[in-house]
Amino acid sequence: MKTGLPKWLIAVTGVVYFFLHLPVLVLVVFSFNDSKFSVDWRGFTLQWYQRLLERPDILRGLKASLIVGGAATIISAVLGTLLALALGRQQFRGRRVLEGFLYVPIVTPEIVTGISLLLLFVLLKFPLGLATITIAHVAFCISFVVIVVLARIQGMDENLEEAAMILGADEITTFWKVTVPQLWPGILSGALLAFTMSFDDFVITSFVSGPGSSTLPIVVYGMVRKNVEPSINAISTIILLATAILIYLADRLARAK
Amino acid sequence: MPAFRERALAWLYTRPQARAWALVAPGGFWLLAFFMVPLLIMLVYSLMPRGTYGGVEPGFTLEHYARFFDPLYLQVLQRTFAWSIGCTVICLFLGYPVAYVIARSQRWRTFLLFLVVLPFWTSFLVRTFAMIFLMRDTGLINSWLLKLGMIDEPLTMLYTPFAVMAGLVYGFLPFMILPIYASLEKVDHSLLEAAEVLGARPAARFRRVTLPLSTPGVVAGSLLVFIPALGSFLTADLLGGAKQVMIGNLVQNQFSSARNWPFGSAASFIVMALVLAAVMLYLRVKDRSAGGAPPL
Repeated sequence: MKTGLPKWLIAVTGVVYFFLHLPVLVLVVFSFNDSKFSVDWRGFTLQWYQRLLERPDILRGLKASLIVGGAATIISAVLGTLLALALGRQQFRGRRVLEGFLYVPIVTPEIVTGISLLLLFVLLKFPLGLATITIAHVAFCISFVVIVVLARIQGMDENLEEAAMILGADEITTFWKVTVPQLWPGILSGALLAFTMSFDDFVITSFVSGPGSSTLPIVVYGMVRKNVEPSINAISTIILLATAILIYLADRLARAK
Repeated sequence: MPAFRERALAWLYTRPQARAWALVAPGGFWLLAFFMVPLLIMLVYSLMPRGTYGGVEPGFTLEHYARFFDPLYLQVLQRTFAWSIGCTVICLFLGYPVAYVIARSQRWRTFLLFLVVLPFWTSFLVRTFAMIFLMRDTGLINSWLLKLGMIDEPLTMLYTPFAVMAGLVYGFLPFMILPIYASLEKVDHSLLEAAEVLGARPAARFRRVTLPLSTPGVVAGSLLVFIPALGSFLTADLLGGAKQVMIGNLVQNQFSSARNWPFGSAASFIVMALVLAAVMLYLRVKDRSAGGAPPL
């Protein structure tokens, strides 16, 4: 049987890959272009990256993003790991309800999540700022942490924990000395995923951020709206690079033995 | 405090339910308080009369939902539907051949798959800006077409339905390719060989064996594109301008400049209901094909 593919199929595939990757590639290349308005190549420069350092709003945005990302990552990693332990190891009433709860954040459109949280915070008269952004990010990150950690738990050997208990370790010692070390790659991988999503989020953050609490994506959105400098290309390139590294690490950890 | 610790452990031991709930409580509370309750508040808001400064007044009304029969808003709903369906159809026609090529390739498969997954991890905002960079009047496409002498003045691409559609397809195409690939990869090769032995030509083999067997992937992919397209906001916001509004933009607008929160909540609830309906459909298809479609 012939396995050769028709030429037109390969051509269509080529065009689609072109379409999927060319825009970002062009964006990155032109972050090094020595011209403010032109899209002609005028030589290599790093000036757009230097410009970024002169903009206090970008540095403030980066700081806000790191604070929110760090806090949201730690909280969602802890809460998500506990939930995954319950789902992976315990039988309890309300299990189906919890599973449903975990699905909802994954399928809810970001805009719906954003405005519903805004309504809650306004109703509670909770001032919008870094705290509300963090709360929102945890709410949409938990489910993804649970999925990653649960996958790890399901691949784990329960006998080791039983062995520890038989050898006289109590439940808490077993948890810290046996369960956690085995789970660690899954937890770290889930945490990196959470950080990436928090660092990337624009839509939800735009509703629950207040004056003076703009994260990096909010600042970038403002720049895109004004649509001027190649600095946007530079900051985009940095964001792409940072995300790529985080995802690579998360993937490596998820596959770790 | 060893005594406390002993007692707590003993208590947890005798009550397995309590142990599970101790694990569930913190995360469960967070999801309940910061996801479910807000959605409920949104629903309640959408059913209350509008107050001053974006707030609500006590009472019950369906007027915000009734407003969607106003031609202006009906048009937004229709446009959202038409574009989401259009995006799904285009993604299907572009994505199926790609999934097919990946499933049939040997040496390049991992690399080709990696390239499909890569956009998932690229900031959506950055990707949308990349489209602007290409399509604006002074963008790369126009500058090259001008240089090649194919046009005399820049084509207006940005802020047109074309730009939004290109952005939607660009954003969601990987969601179509992966599930179709997953079901094509599982097609039993001996079935195709049997069809060949029985005299079926390549076109017939595809139409009568491969295509029916990949239906679960096609349905899953279509829903996975349709769902986020329906609730999308950034694409129409940045590529469509003021005229090409989708329902996500309508919601955002009610919460920013228009300051009609109950109406915005109603619009948002409609999006949510449509999405949930699509998810139900997805889960039913997934159950019926016995794991043929990948998990959400």
